[in-house]
Amino acid sequence: MTGYILKRLLSAIPVLLGITVIVFAIMALIPGDPATAILGSYATPENVEKLNRDLGLDKPLVQQYFIWLGNMLGGDFGTSFSLNRPVLDEVVERFGATLVLAGTAFVLCSIFGIVAGVISAANQYGWADKSITFAVLLGISIPSFFLGMMMILIFAVKLRWFPVSGMWPIYGDRDLCALIQHLTLPAIALAVVATGVIARLSRSAMLEVLRQDFIRTARAKGVHERGVIWRHALKAAMVSIIPVLGIQAGFVLSGAVYIEIVFQWPGVGRMLVDAILKRDILLVQGGVVLVAACYVLFNIAVDVAQSLLDPRIKT
Amino acid sequence: MSGFLKLLARNRLALAGGVVMALVVLLALVTPLLPLADPDVTNTGARFQRPFSEGALLGTDHLGRDLLSRLLWGTRLSLAVGFAAAIAAASIGAAVGIISGFYGGRTDNLIMRGVDMLMAFPYILLALAIVAALGPGLLNALIAVAAVNMPFFARNIRGITVGLAHREFIDAARLSGLSNTRIILSEILPNVIPVIVIAMSTTIGWMILETAGLSFLGLGSQPPQADLGSMLGEARSALITNPHTSVVPGLIILIIVMSINLLGDGVRDALDPRLKSGALSRPMAATRVDRKGPVPESAGQGLLEVQELQTQFHVKDRVYRAVGGVSLHVKPGECLGLIGESGSGKSVTALSVMGLVASPPGVIAGGAVRYEGEDLIGASYGRLRDMRGRNVAYIFQDPLATLHPLYRVGDQLIEAIRAHRPIGQKDGRARALELLKSVRIPNPEKRLSDYPHELSGGMRQRIGIAIALANEPDVIIADEPTTALDVTVQAQILALLDDLRRERGLAIVFITHDFGVVAQLCDRVAVMYAGRIVEEGPTKAILDTPLHPYTARLMACVPELGTGKRRLEAIPGLPPVVDRLPQGCAFAERCTRARPDCRATEIDLHRAGMRAVRCIHPEAPLQEAAE
Repeated sequence: MTGYILKRLLSAIPVLLGITVIVFAIMALIPGDPATAILGSYATPENVEKLNRDLGLDKPLVQQYFIWLGNMLGGDFGTSFSLNRPVLDEVVERFGATLVLAGTAFVLCSIFGIVAGVISAANQYGWADKSITFAVLLGISIPSFFLGMMMILIFAVKLRWFPVSGMWPIYGDRDLCALIQHLTLPAIALAVVATGVIARLSRSAMLEVLRQDFIRTARAKGVHERGVIWRHALKAAMVSIIPVLGIQAGFVLSGAVYIEIVFQWPGVGRMLVDAILKRDILLVQGGVVLVAACYVLFNIAVDVAQSLLDPRIKT
Repeated sequence: MSGFLKLLARNRLALAGGVVMALVVLLALVTPLLPLADPDVTNTGARFQRPFSEGALLGTDHLGRDLLSRLLWGTRLSLAVGFAAAIAAASIGAAVGIISGFYGGRTDNLIMRGVDMLMAFPYILLALAIVAALGPGLLNALIAVAAVNMPFFARNIRGITVGLAHREFIDAARLSGLSNTRIILSEILPNVIPVIVIAMSTTIGWMILETAGLSFLGLGSQPPQADLGSMLGEARSALITNPHTSVVPGLIILIIVMSINLLGDGVRDALDPRLKSGALSRPMAATRVDRKGPVPESAGQGLLEVQELQTQFHVKDRVYRAVGGVSLHVKPGECLGLIGESGSGKSVTALSVMGLVASPPGVIAGGAVRYEGEDLIGASYGRLRDMRGRNVAYIFQDPLATLHPLYRVGDQLIEAIRAHRPIGQKDGRARALELLKSVRIPNPEKRLSDYPHELSGGMRQRIGIAIALANEPDVIIADEPTTALDVTVQAQILALLDDLRRERGLAIVFITHDFGVVAQLCDRVAVMYAGRIVEEGPTKAILDTPLHPYTARLMACVPELGTGKRRLEAIPGLPPVVDRLPQGCAFAERCTRARPDCRATEIDLHRAGMRAVRCIHPEAPLQEAAE
């Protein structure tokens, strides 16, 4: 198993390098002169030239890439000019908040999506199946930012069950209870779309598995229908559900950007949008590379989970 | 094409989605012709007017602009951008995929690596990076959304193209001297278009959501121009004071995306029937019972009695009578062979006993199955479950498919025991070990923690037998347990079953298509054809003097060991389809002895002593054979 994990980690290196190449290439497309963008249109030509030299922008692109890559490997992602703070510090702090939000949403959508899919498949064409199918359709069609806004309107403004926005109370203790209160609405709003997708897929995976011969064997043994559905069928269906969980994790991480804006959550997505609007390129670069790298590592964890579940995968 | 539209129209939800979508598109098209207020003219004096107020049907926004007008123009913009992004993503992705799949080799490798890299990003990071580079703006948002979705199309289309590139008609086109471009345009493209359409119809809603999302973030359409997303984004600051400015555009996005999704699902189902959700129906916990006519009284024969059993498959408006009135019985310690070709209804008969016929489409339409006199067809699911494995156990063919691939065989064995007895993990393990020993599995302790795929075919079948024995049942139904095995292993398994029967007084129903196996193991034989018993009797008597021509032909299919001379005779023709059984004898079509009266009327199963035959011109007179 350790060997397998190591092998997967090694195979991630080209992917990670590819990510840096793509990010660098996109940033190299930026029209105009970044130094002018940073200094503003009142900058003197001498200042622009000096900044270009300082940033290494007068060198050839390939050389620029390797300097940038080397700096990143040494932990130097540059300094954000809009925040006047090292990019790495800012991203790590913001990513922590995003992980709390996206992680909670991911757990929610995995659990509810799978459970809904299993119930739907086990009661195919029954009322439970029909209502879940309809709810799923609604869930995958609603824009998460709109859903978030409606939830604020109903549960925060009207019913006053939850705070309107933010991660922590402005006054008062920053304890777990306060966090949960602030987390509930955004986590649910973020989880809804992925829950729908996972439920849909779990349902069809379960239907596929339930027709297999080993399900008939379990029934012939006299295993209770609950055990047939939730142990035998679900375990086999997980083989096709787990890869989808990996993909959906990427969608949850993406959706977090909207939810962070709607709920004023101090996460990395909001930071990125602000950085784009302020043309803070180094911050965008650093944020994108770090988050994408984390996502690649998460997908390795998904592969490892898959190999733990399925003994037929050669490790 | 018309068939496709018909299929689509039959799907009511898809139709509803299509109608709503058509309405929205129509509305967007005629927007410039409608007498609307200018969407961009501000009037701060009349800001935040409520819906249904004077001169503004849906009210006004924070700058006093008419919401209805902005909404329609915004819908127009959102749809245009969403569709444009979808078309761009689909055509570029398809082009990349076709080139990659068609040329293969290094080109393919290089392109697909790149595509994999793009897919390694959470999609929004890539979109944000692109917008960051190009700057906020609707066109740039469109480019970002198209770029993010392109890899999905490229990968899908490549898969299909790789499959097509090695087909004969492509080779033929190559040999006839067509250029690669011509082949791609005239042979490949028409074949991948349905796939492109399916992929587009299922992702276009998503792409509209994504462009709306980028606009919502302020990275798409820039003021004063507004699409639905940026309307929502602008309204957000007034969410609490004036919710109507947010609710209306949000609902419109929801309606558009939902109708597209409904339509998309319909398109997918109509173009690719395999994916249709209805085609996959799960078997219920027990076979559906819909008995018409009276339940036969118990005749008191044997431990397990099947009486006039009728099991059917209802597929759409067709009824397949897989089992058309079968009666069987088996006594303790007895082995009954049930023999026939594939599709003769033997397995369905066997599975009907414990309600294991997949349902839908299976329905038990008549007859009874009695265990110690108790009718099981009418029994509740709870009663059936309680008896499954404990009173009547099954051994199935092909244990690689019938054992759960992800559980260790030991756990599957222990589970069989625990389904009927509360027993601790430790005792269960001890009992499992004992069972493995009793089916003569060498090194049983180690085998307990193996997965099915780690065992040989013969070992797996022994596990299957051990599971069947786990609760010491009285009846074992073995459904072709040796068919997938080679001859030596087959002989071992048969010997094992024979020993178990003698030691434990088991009643065995042994299903096979092989008379050689029957001769080794069974006391009595029942021969099935087209869902009915055509002959029954003691094994030896039937082997000596088969009465039904079908039995005789079936026996001629078995090579005799040591003689090596006799020609193997296949039976010409195929068994009749059981939804349109011919009048009279079902075998008449393939029978060399058939005469006109064979096809005239229903033929009964005639009995004499131990023997029975459903034939009016048997190979030998029934009475003689019975003596």
